[in-house]
Amino acid sequence: MNVLELDGLGVRFGQRDILCDLRISLSGRSIGLLGPNGAGKSTLIQTLVGFCRPNSGTARVLGYDIRRDLSYIRALIGYMPENDAFIGNMTAVAFVRMMGELSGLPSDAALERAHESLFYVGLGEARYRLLGTYSLGMKQLAKLAQAIVHGPKLLILDEPTNGLDPPARQRMIKLIQEMRDSGEMRLLICSHLLRDVEETCEEVLILKQGRIVQSCNLEEERRANKRFVELEAFGHHHGFADAMTALGCECSHLGLGRFKMVLPEGFELREIYRWASSREVQLRRLSYRQDTLEEIFMKAMQ
Amino acid sequence: MAVYKRTYKAYEGASTRRWARFFVLPRSGYSRLMQSRFLVLYLMACFFFPVLCAVFVYASHNLSVLDSFNIPSGRIFKIDNQFFQFYCAFQGGMACLLTAFIGPGSIAPDLANRALPLYFSRPFGRAEYVAGKMSLLLYFLSLITWVPGLFVFGVQAELAGWQWTRDNAWMAWSLLAGLLLWDLFLALMALALSASVKWSIAAGALILGVLFAGGGLAAAVNAIVRTNYGSLLNMRQVISIIWSQMFRDEQASNVSAGQAWVALAAASAICIWLLKRRIKAFEVVK
Repeated sequence: MNVLELDGLGVRFGQRDILCDLRISLSGRSIGLLGPNGAGKSTLIQTLVGFCRPNSGTARVLGYDIRRDLSYIRALIGYMPENDAFIGNMTAVAFVRMMGELSGLPSDAALERAHESLFYVGLGEARYRLLGTYSLGMKQLAKLAQAIVHGPKLLILDEPTNGLDPPARQRMIKLIQEMRDSGEMRLLICSHLLRDVEETCEEVLILKQGRIVQSCNLEEERRANKRFVELEAFGHHHGFADAMTALGCECSHLGLGRFKMVLPEGFELREIYRWASSREVQLRRLSYRQDTLEEIFMKAMQ
Repeated sequence: MAVYKRTYKAYEGASTRRWARFFVLPRSGYSRLMQSRFLVLYLMACFFFPVLCAVFVYASHNLSVLDSFNIPSGRIFKIDNQFFQFYCAFQGGMACLLTAFIGPGSIAPDLANRALPLYFSRPFGRAEYVAGKMSLLLYFLSLITWVPGLFVFGVQAELAGWQWTRDNAWMAWSLLAGLLLWDLFLALMALALSASVKWSIAAGALILGVLFAGGGLAAAVNAIVRTNYGSLLNMRQVISIIWSQMFRDEQASNVSAGQAWVALAAASAICIWLLKRRIKAFEVVK
C-alpha cells in the first residue's frame, strides 16, 4: 500500500504558490522530505495533517483522501511538530495521557501507554515533572512520546533533531531507526539535515520552491553505490585496468596508481585482491562511492 | 507492553467513540483547577449568598423564628421577582470574578506553548476544542449561579405552596434563562479574550477590564458623544436590562431591552469571530 500519494497537490497562501502540482507515490517504510528553507516541506506536512486546505489536486495518506477522510487520517497518524509544542503546567505523564485520550484511547489504556511511551523515549524518570521545567532535548522527546502514544500507523516528524546536542540527536536517530525497524509504523521525516535523513530514511523526496525536483530510493542508491569503487594501487600495477576489464568491470586509470571502477552485477571483490596478490601489487585504499544523498541533493538544487 | 521491555509496540485495543473525547478537556482542566486552594475558597464563598437567601426565604415563612431573635417581622422583604432579580445581580457579579480567575488559563497557555497543532492533528476539531474549554467554564459558573438559584426558588416553592409555584413558575424560567445567558456570554468572552492574549495575567486583566471598567467607559462615551448608546459598552448594565425585562420589572433605563439584546448579540458575535480567527493549528504568514 502507498503511504503517500500526491495527485496534483497545490497550496496557495494569498497570491503566493507554496506547493505546485505535486505528483508522486511513495511506499517506503520511512520517507524523508528534504529541501532548503522555504521549499514547502512543512506546508506539505501541514496539508497532509489537514491544517492547510489544498487549492488544487489532492493527496492520499495510507489510502485515505485528505479532502474527504481527514478524521480517519488523523486517527492513523502521529504528528511531532517542528516548534516547541506542549502544555507548560502539566506533568509529562498527564500531558501524554491526555493526548492519548484525545486520539481515542480509553482512559486506563491512555495512562498505561503514556507511561510506556515516556519510558520508551527515555523520559521515564522525569515523567512526573512539569513540562515547563524540561530542557529542549527533553521537550523534543516528550513531543515524540505524545506522537506515538496511540500507536499510529504513520508517524510524521517535522525536524525531529532541531536544537538537539550531538548525544541527544544520536538518541533521537536511534529511536527513529528502532521504530522504523519494528515494522509497526511508517515514518515521514521532514528535515533539512541530510545526515539525519540519510541515517533514517529509505525513500527521499526533495522539494524546491514548492515543486518536486527529485525523488529516489536511498536503498537502491546505496546498492548501486556498492558498484562504484575507487582504489589506489602501489607497485607493478601495469595491466591492472586490462585485467579488470577482462573480469567484466569498467575501469579507468586516473594516474599515480589511482583507479575508478564500475563493478558488474554479482562481482566479488576478492577477484581484485586475488589479482593483486598474484602480481604482488599493494592495494593501499579501496572505497565505495559515498555521500550519495548529498550528491543527489546538490544535483537537485542546481 | 511492559515498562522494562522498552521497545515500540503499537496499540491494538479498542478506541473510544468520538463524542466521548469531548469530556477529556474539561476533565483534565477540572482536576488542574481544583488543585488551587484559592479557587476552592472562592467557590465556597460564592455559596454564602445563596445560603443566606435560602435562610431568608425560610425565615419569611416562619415569622416565629424572627420573633425569637427579636427581629421585627415587618422588615422582611417580599419574595418576588425583584428578590430573584437581585439574586441574579449579586451572583452574576460573583460569576464575573470567577470568570476573571479561571477564564485566562483556558486557551492562553495553549497558544503561548503552541499546543494547538497537537490537539488538531488528532481526530479532534476546533469546535470540539472550544466546546470542551467552554463546558468547564460553564460548569463552574452554573455551580454558583443558576443551580443554587433554583435551589432557593425550590425552597420558596416548597414553603409557599402549589398556588404560588404555579403563579410564579415563570420566575424560575427567568432565573434559569437569565443566568444561563450570562454564564454563556461570560464563558464565550473569557475564551475569546484568553485566545487573544498569550499571557494569562494580561488575559485576566482584560476580562476584568471589560467587565468592570466597561461602566466607566460607557459613562465617558455618553458624556463625550452626548448619547445613551455608550451604555451598551457596559455588559453588566446590558445584562441587567435584559434581566429586568425577563423578571417583568419595568425600571427606567437609558437604553431599551431590545437594544440591550442587540448589544449582547453583537458582543457574542465579536467573541465568536475572535475565536474563529485565533484558534488555528498554525499561523499563515502571507
